Amino acid sequence: MPVGATSWSFTEDDFGAINRLLQRFLYDSNARCALLVDRSGQLVTTVGEKPNFDATAFATLTAADFSANDQLAKLIGETDFNTLFHQGERESMLLADVVRRVILVVLFDNRTTLGLVRLKMRQTVEDLSKVFDEVFSRGQSGAGKPNVLADADDEIDRLFQ
Amino acid sequence: MSMINYASREINCKIVYYGPGLGGKTTNLEHVYGKVSPSTRGKLISLATETERTLFFDFLPVDLGTIRGFKTRFHLYTVPGQVYYNASRKLILKGVDGIVFVADSQMERMEANQESMQNLYDNMAEYGYDLTKMPFVIQYNKRDLPNAAPVRDLQAQLNPGWEVSDGARQRIAPDPFHAGENLVEQIPSGEWVERATYFEAVAVSGDGVFDTLKAVSKLVLKSLA
Repeated sequence: MPVGATSWSFTEDDFGAINRLLQRFLYDSNARCALLVDRSGQLVTTVGEKPNFDATAFATLTAADFSANDQLAKLIGETDFNTLFHQGERESMLLADVVRRVILVVLFDNRTTLGLVRLKMRQTVEDLSKVFDEVFSRGQSGAGKPNVLADADDEIDRLFQ
Repeated sequence: MSMINYASREINCKIVYYGPGLGGKTTNLEHVYGKVSPSTRGKLISLATETERTLFFDFLPVDLGTIRGFKTRFHLYTVPGQVYYNASRKLILKGVDGIVFVADSQMERMEANQESMQNLYDNMAEYGYDLTKMPFVIQYNKRDLPNAAPVRDLQAQLNPGWEVSDGARQRIAPDPFHAGENLVEQIPSGEWVERATYFEAVAVSGDGVFDTLKAVSKLVLKSLA
């Protein structure tokens, strides 16, 4: 039984690979902006037009939205809804699950269509899944970068003096 | 689920304030929001009903400083305390790194406290998390009220301790916040028990709010170290 939620980390290389995938996706789909959010509500990255809203709050609400919809899915006998679509008058957003750990959120307007965004998103989700599978398997095996907080007890104590 | 981002040099952690309805969880966050410099905190998001009862959660991100060149960012959440919101309450616990249980000290709320504590253990277990091995702090709120139960009664009911079976940990650990008390000790029956750190608070005036937050944040960071 795990003690609590497992922690995960990603390196600058992971970050570069993720951002390149998302940039390519925005280029292909003509969407405005893509955000990656982890299931506990933390923002992983933002690519494309800089959001003019509070991205931290947005990430939290996205994770809550997805979690609530997961439960709704269960109530009607589905295991989950792996994509969600919210349509606005000018702006719309499409959300997709990535390996049950991360959520890809795409913001787009009338310069593109839902069909195109959805089509291009499918491949991007597959590609992102490969990257995240590796990130998470590395986290579980304890390999990868050394723990940044190892032996930082004194520094932690000083922070809270 | 703490997340370490080497690219932006950030450590993100999630802390959840749990407890019975009207116990002061939202008030804790409001006090932190009011006292912390706007440059180190984000917006306070409340998904509440029109009567200001928490419907889904409150959320406040705060930066608590830098360690090893990494910014430590804590996401503080409250859950809706009312019994019938259990589905939402459970969702908020997903990926939690540290828990604060805000108990209502009033004698007539003892049962509600116990029910909520049991609910916390149950919900954590459903995720496969072991509360006794996680950063966990209890706050006895509303200490200023005339009908507040004595702390030793609250401790006996809500924080009696869990068994320490690991021989290496069976040694007295003094409570750094309460002179003469221990977090790990042997009880008269011979069993070794560990209790969660506790704080007394009056969240409306801010007493004990930051002590609680600091203690749980420190435990979370130490659990990563």
